[in-house]
Amino acid sequence: MAYTISKLTDYSAAALERASAELFSALGDEASTVKNEGDWKIFRDRWMARKNGVLTQINDLWLKAAPKEAKREVGLRVNLIKEQVEQQVADAKVRYQIPELPISSATSEISETNLRRDAIGKAGIIDITLPGIRRPIGAEHPVVKTTNEMVRVFQRLGYSVAEGPVVETDYYNFESLNFPPNHPARDTQDTLFIAGQQAKPQRERLLLRTHTSPVQIRTMEKMRPPLRIVIPGTVHRNDPLDASHSPMFHQIEGLAVDTNITFGDLKGTLDHAMKEFFGSSVKTSFRPSFFPFTEPSAEMFVSCFICGGSGRRGTDPCRPCKQTGWIEILGCGMVDPNVFEFVKDNGYDPRKVSGFAFGMGADRIALLKYGVDDIQLFFQGDVRFLRQWA
Amino acid sequence: MKISSSWVREFVDLSVDDRRLAEDLTAVGIAVEGISGSGADTVFEMEIGTNRPDAMNHYGVAREAAAIYDLPLKELSAFSCQLSAKASGAKAQSSVKASNAAQKRRSSTGGGAKKASAAKADSSSASRGAAGSRAPSKQSSQRASEDAAFPITVEEPELCPRFSARVIRGTTIKPSPEKIAHRLQLLDQRPISNAVDATNYVLWEMGKPTHVFDMDLLEGGRLIIRRAKDGEKLKTLDGVERTLSSEDLVVADAKRPVGLAGVMGGFDTMITDKTKNVLIESAWWDPGTVRKTSRRHGIHTDASHRFERGADFESTVLSCDLVAKLILESGGGELVGGAIDVVSRQMDQAPIVLRLSEVHRILGSKLTTGEIFRILKKLGFGVIPEGQADAKFRVQIPSWRLDVEREIDLIEEIARLHGYDKFENTLPAYRGAVVELPHAAADATLRERALALGYNEAVSLTFISHAAAESFSSGAAVLEVENPLSEEASVMRTSLAPGMLDMLARNLNRDAEDVRLFEMGRVYEMRGGERVEPARLCLGATLTAVKNALPAGAVLDVSKGEHAAAAETFRSFKGDVENLLAAFAHNQLSFDRETAEYFHPGRSARAIMDGAAVAQFGQIADDVKSERKLRQDVFLAEIDLEQLHRRGLRQVRFAPLGKYPAVERDFSFVFSDDMGFEAMRRAVMGLGIPELSEFKAVEIFRGGAIPTGKYSILLRARLQSDEGTLRDEQIAAWSGQIVKALQELGGVQRV
Ligand SMILES: [Zn+2]
Repeated sequence: MAYTISKLTDYSAAALERASAELFSALGDEASTVKNEGDWKIFRDRWMARKNGVLTQINDLWLKAAPKEAKREVGLRVNLIKEQVEQQVADAKVRYQIPELPISSATSEISETNLRRDAIGKAGIIDITLPGIRRPIGAEHPVVKTTNEMVRVFQRLGYSVAEGPVVETDYYNFESLNFPPNHPARDTQDTLFIAGQQAKPQRERLLLRTHTSPVQIRTMEKMRPPLRIVIPGTVHRNDPLDASHSPMFHQIEGLAVDTNITFGDLKGTLDHAMKEFFGSSVKTSFRPSFFPFTEPSAEMFVSCFICGGSGRRGTDPCRPCKQTGWIEILGCGMVDPNVFEFVKDNGYDPRKVSGFAFGMGADRIALLKYGVDDIQLFFQGDVRFLRQWA
Repeated sequence: MKISSSWVREFVDLSVDDRRLAEDLTAVGIAVEGISGSGADTVFEMEIGTNRPDAMNHYGVAREAAAIYDLPLKELSAFSCQLSAKASGAKAQSSVKASNAAQKRRSSTGGGAKKASAAKADSSSASRGAAGSRAPSKQSSQRASEDAAFPITVEEPELCPRFSARVIRGTTIKPSPEKIAHRLQLLDQRPISNAVDATNYVLWEMGKPTHVFDMDLLEGGRLIIRRAKDGEKLKTLDGVERTLSSEDLVVADAKRPVGLAGVMGGFDTMITDKTKNVLIESAWWDPGTVRKTSRRHGIHTDASHRFERGADFESTVLSCDLVAKLILESGGGELVGGAIDVVSRQMDQAPIVLRLSEVHRILGSKLTTGEIFRILKKLGFGVIPEGQADAKFRVQIPSWRLDVEREIDLIEEIARLHGYDKFENTLPAYRGAVVELPHAAADATLRERALALGYNEAVSLTFISHAAAESFSSGAAVLEVENPLSEEASVMRTSLAPGMLDMLARNLNRDAEDVRLFEMGRVYEMRGGERVEPARLCLGATLTAVKNALPAGAVLDVSKGEHAAAAETFRSFKGDVENLLAAFAHNQLSFDRETAEYFHPGRSARAIMDGAAVAQFGQIADDVKSERKLRQDVFLAEIDLEQLHRRGLRQVRFAPLGKYPAVERDFSFVFSDDMGFEAMRRAVMGLGIPELSEFKAVEIFRGGAIPTGKYSILLRARLQSDEGTLRDEQIAAWSGQIVKALQELGGVQRV
């Protein structure tokens, strides 16, 4: 039997209370029958419709009809009823959407705990320890990453990046770097040659550059001093693949030429760069070496960044530095005057300018830095390897 | 190269221990890479640069040690007076002193025993005298010694400026004494016999290669240094019969070649246990000739290694004598005649002017004249100071340092002995700006995007096989490697595709199925006779990876079956390509089916940006898949970075956000299979409705009520105006236009 609004004849507090209780009871009963959107719309309209909704009727039958002296009291009541109706209508909607939500009584206490528990909802809590679904991000190649990092170190020191071809002429790879034809120093380069070059003069014959040094000459031909360049690039040697050799590898070369470049500048620049790359605690040491295109020539060692220079890792010998505490990182030297002679006309008179050059193996540094034990892993595209840098 | 520390200590009284000696030698560039053994058997594993043949022996290492510690170097001498007295009255005493910086000059008279000894005396006096040297006297190109001991004729004085020899008669060939054999064994040299070991011992002792002949096997009783005749044969000591050319220099007897000059002796004239009479040869050969012969015949010997790099011109007689002494000591016999020494041409080591200012300019350190003077003296250079204000030195070069020819070479010697680590580290002042490579930003963007799309960066070898070069040909001529490591690596890659397929196959074979790789690199080809190295980017992905990357909400084709699956995976991969291309400035990007044969004909596309092909991509062809034994379908994209570089990165210009609400209208159509979406999009966008901001496909369906050969497509137009809210009549009019355009393409609207 549906609830109907009765006219009020008695405006006493007790009478108002009775009428309100009757209304709230009906409101609760009807709210509990709402099971779906259709029910809810009917429920909402019965109580809140502007035409003939219960609230409108109360307004008309109770408030408007009330004698002047009772209007204030009735107004307060009607407002309270309005609030409750709106609340119940809203709750009813949530309830059929999330059926387990308890029907809140008009007088129920609202506590923090209840709110949290209510917010969990019917499905309960989930296992937040299961791993997240990661949209895969590609991994940088360790050699490219190492190269980029090293190049950035030199860019910050004022070096611009330069490039040159992988397929080079004898002139740029050897002759202009002070490797005369038939010089034994060429033997150390294990060169891979391009086929079908016999008809050409020796200096025009093509080969796979054995170092990035040809870019020194190529750049000096194009740009006048002062010059500061860093040259990353692929090089090739006739070295069969094994754990520490690859016929293809990567170098990072550098060249600085100015009117006042000294051997001390070479040492200072490389010392600074190594501290920036490996960390400020590394030390550098230089030993005499031989390269046809530099003189004096040196090999640079850094204090072992794996064992900190002690030669030991705990009780074990440190293998990367062969227990010496030092790791050879690069070859370098003052640019040989014979090299400048080839670009003398572009401002590189060896009596007026001096310079230094250096070259290092990016793959080798990556091997050492990440403790990779086989250079071949770099060039196989094995995702089990590559993903380690993800 | 191995060096015995106790042998070195014979020549210089060192107080340091072996470890310290090794460190100090290494610090001056005579690198000791490892130490093995102990006590008298301690052996250093050395790494000596190609420019320092003088240090590739014990006396040479001792010379460096003496310089480091500023200690006297003992003289290396062959014969006591007693022995030389026995030697047929010749003054055979010869010696070299380490600190003897004087340029030895000798005017050869091409003589026999008497003349040779005269020359010897001459040279001795010259060597003890001051730096003053006489110009070599004019010489005939042919020198002969009519010597009682053994006549020598040098027909090629340019290639053999000095030829010294010694004759021993009546000796016995037998094993070397224990001391000699043991020392050779320490250096991993196999003892053979006293005479042969003597040459080897002297080589390791003081660096000069020598050779011993069984004199009785030399026909005609003479030696001739000449060019070989083309086709002439010589069986070398290693037992190999070699065919010579006129570019080879040989030592010959009256009939035939008996040795390949500076490289290897002849088999037929070698020392055997029957040998009684021995001819010892020690010559100075032209380095280039030795190198060419050694390369031509593929023989690299300890002798050729040293001759190629330049031996000590003044050590020919001494080395002969040292060998003779060892043979006489172990096998007995008699030295016949004096030292034979045919000098056809002098080594011209002119003094070098060294300026203090240049030392400072290059090294940056203010070394004093005193320090420089002391360093050079210790190394055996003759140093004469010149000039007071503008400090200079006139420096005489010792005969064993053929590598020192220029002022800079001396500066290196000074730096080396001073100690590299003692130079102060400085930073040069910097001027000038850092310039980026023109395509650095574009390449960095592509790399970042590929990584963000989940592709792992790969680097593959730059070589491919001939077969791959053919299958993945771009049409351009290839660059082949003359001396490849293998057939698999005999051509420079013309495409990144074969390398990528290899890497994908490798992963699949190792049960890694979800694989996405990219490589940025160069390919190599000839265009119009010029070599070019265009940059490429290659994406590679397995079917599993492409499917995994397809978001459930993005599916367009909701029909069942292989066709829809293939279409959706292709779109998944295509989206990656589009994401890369979208970074570049362009007006129009379209796709056609013109792809290389290694792509699946129905599931690959070519991307065309403003008329230029910039990429081809899609599933790999079935025959390539089976040929390469790929365990599942894979996808490749080859992107031409040259083309993208030409366009440059898209510059962002802000577009105002729409103020008025957009309206979407859907159109359901049935089209025949040969009508692609791009044609619909073009037709509709071509209507020129400015308010049409987007036209896209929302759902595709085949089967069910749709007849075979046709498909249903749900299209959605998005309309929006900058001027105000669209009115219903406007929308209806445009919808009508869109329907008409689609109908004109043959579409049938479903209601
Ligand atoms: Zn270490």
